[in-house]
Amino acid sequence: MKFAYLIWSNLRRKKTRTVLTLLSIVVAFILFGFLSAIKQALTGGVVLEGANRLIVRHKVSIIQLLPQSYQQRMQRIAGVAAATHQTWFGGIYQDPKNFFMQTPVVPEEFLDMHPEFVVPADQRKAWLETRTGAIVGRKTAERFNWKIGDKVPIKSTIWSQKDGSFLWTFDVVGFYDGRDKNTDTTALFFRYDYFDEARRPGWGKGQVGWYTIRVTDPSRAAEVAKLVDAEFENSSAETKTEPEGAFVQSWANQIGDIALITASILGAVFFTILLVTGNTISQSVRERTGELGVLKAIGFTNAQVLGLVLAESCLLALLGGIVGLGLAWFLTSRGDPTGGLLPLFFFPVHDVLIGVGLSLVLGLVTGLFPALQAMRLRVAEALRRI
Amino acid sequence: MAGPANWISQIAAVTKFGLLSMPQRRGSVSAAAFGIAGVVAVLVGVLSIAAGFRNAMSASGSPDAALVLRSGADSEMVSGLGRPSTRIIADAPGVARTAAGPLASAELFVIISLPKISTGSDVNVPLRGVERAALLVRDKMKIVDGRMFDWGKNEVIVGLGAAREFSGLRVGDRIKVGRYDWPVVGVFTAGGGAAESEIWSDAAVLQAAYNRGDSFQSVYVRLKSPDSFNAFKDALTTDPRLSAEVMRQTDYFADQSTAVTKLITTLGYLIASLMAVGAVFGALNTMYSSVSARTREIATLRALGFGSGAVVVSVMLESVVLALLGGAIGAVLSYVVFNGFHTATMNWQSFSQITFSLAVTPQLLVQGVVWATLIGAIGGLFPAIRAARQPIAAALREL
Repeated sequence: MKFAYLIWSNLRRKKTRTVLTLLSIVVAFILFGFLSAIKQALTGGVVLEGANRLIVRHKVSIIQLLPQSYQQRMQRIAGVAAATHQTWFGGIYQDPKNFFMQTPVVPEEFLDMHPEFVVPADQRKAWLETRTGAIVGRKTAERFNWKIGDKVPIKSTIWSQKDGSFLWTFDVVGFYDGRDKNTDTTALFFRYDYFDEARRPGWGKGQVGWYTIRVTDPSRAAEVAKLVDAEFENSSAETKTEPEGAFVQSWANQIGDIALITASILGAVFFTILLVTGNTISQSVRERTGELGVLKAIGFTNAQVLGLVLAESCLLALLGGIVGLGLAWFLTSRGDPTGGLLPLFFFPVHDVLIGVGLSLVLGLVTGLFPALQAMRLRVAEALRRI
Repeated sequence: MAGPANWISQIAAVTKFGLLSMPQRRGSVSAAAFGIAGVVAVLVGVLSIAAGFRNAMSASGSPDAALVLRSGADSEMVSGLGRPSTRIIADAPGVARTAAGPLASAELFVIISLPKISTGSDVNVPLRGVERAALLVRDKMKIVDGRMFDWGKNEVIVGLGAAREFSGLRVGDRIKVGRYDWPVVGVFTAGGGAAESEIWSDAAVLQAAYNRGDSFQSVYVRLKSPDSFNAFKDALTTDPRLSAEVMRQTDYFADQSTAVTKLITTLGYLIASLMAVGAVFGALNTMYSSVSARTREIATLRALGFGSGAVVVSVMLESVVLALLGGAIGAVLSYVVFNGFHTATMNWQSFSQITFSLAVTPQLLVQGVVWATLIGAIGGLFPAIRAARQPIAAALREL
């Protein structure tokens, strides 16, 4: 530690250069933060999704409906603890740009299946008592400034009521919060009994979009999935069952190569910025050959010179890295920059730690070469340059 | 005092000086240039995704073609029209006719899950049932491999993009639709438009396979001329027997592409701006060290009577040349890597995949060069001012 002052003086030697280098490192790590947040948003919480849940959909495609009677048959299958269903409503609130998901659900079954949606007890009770009631995710409720008791008109693009109208009105009876940070709180859930009774006869009555199954033993999930598909084989609606994580992942995969292309471009660029920084650091060491010679002449060991230069580059990189990651954290915490298209946009803690590690690696890599040069310096030659 | 010619020759002298000394500062010059190349490549690359997607969408419709959906539907996916409605639409005024009848094709649009070749995971591929007029309603439809499907048979033809991106769609393969296997008998192109992402079959056969009775989801029509659109639209929207949404195909496809292009361009600009800030710092560093390495030379010139304006301009010129060099590398790189790259993504409105090729357009390249110039100008400005302000006597004393 006794050399701290020496390291600090070295950094202040050319203030403009140090500040500029520091700033480019800061920018690189802000970029890193955004990258992580984008990746997080595109692959949407796949990692933490319950391993004990399976999704059952129509084998041909998700748009085809499954009979509601499948629920009882599923519940009889060994290894299935519970089953519940949802249906894509495709509703528009005021403007198609205000996109959020709405699905009809059976309230008690649904909340039991999804403990990650937290609803206060009184609001839960109100939902069970109000046929036209709906619970709304915190994010969407705040976005449109909805209050409990509001009547919300939503125009479905798919489902009409008996009178042929596509406009449905729901009573907001409660809000739900996410148990974890990566829980999506943008959806609206309303009651299936109301939906099924009110929808136009002949248009999918008694049919639902997809089922969620909870298995009794997560390690047997694959086996249960096979049993479910076997149960409905050769029927008019064959099923495809997969773990919820895989189901969500397949939606992310639908966006496809774009995520991959973006990530690889950005990786390359991160590397470029590091290159620029590394060059600056090594340049500043080269300029000081003479001084390093003096240090060695007055008795600094090779190891001490090596440590001195490495400490300088690591200090710079760590400082830049921490400031950059802090700024990235602050900027991404303000939420989705696209206004609703990426609901799960945030900078995961796990990636912040990777960032700190990366900044240390940056310091070591950029400092190593100049530090080795400094170490191998021959005193007589170095002094001749003064 | 010095005339403009003299001033220009001063600038030329100082600039030449700076440019010729570049090879000696190889490390920092190339680091700055590559930094800028990176910015331009990423900016152009990401925006080329959006441009390619928009191209595919705009190649899909022509101004004299219209699309009719159920009123309130924003995509074919959620629309529905019965046979009586589609007849009224086909017979409406403004629809072009041939000896065989009106150029209108009532169509069915469903999706099926097929694995994507690049990732192996299931994606939603559009499957469209069409009527005989479909080939005339659309421009540039061409069978490039195999043959057209036979009407009334369980056969399909697939778009070139779909055949390339999704597995099991080569001529001779069979796909499972409903309870039957349908053979793929041909591959078609559609001028790079959205139809190339689709699988096509006979609408009547598809209706049966999907228990759709005699209902459709959309009607594609060719109009007598682009001007007939208003008459056509008015006739349908005022008809009490119908509740229809009538739009030009060009508008429909432009609308379909907004969500995806907005997502991509927002992210693209966000990232490119951040990187540009980083590149400005890199350029500043390079130019500061370039200027400080020449402190004595510049002071000498100033002592000889060179103006400070000439010094500022030439330092900035040097920086811009450097930036343009980097920008050119970035532009060429992005063109070579991205242009024409085939990919597929989700079209949120129709819930299904659309295949397209990335497009590095001239506008994007110009935009990249403009960014590079700006980065160079900002990166040169402050060092230039410092160089010009340096007290001559003090700088010469460094000798």
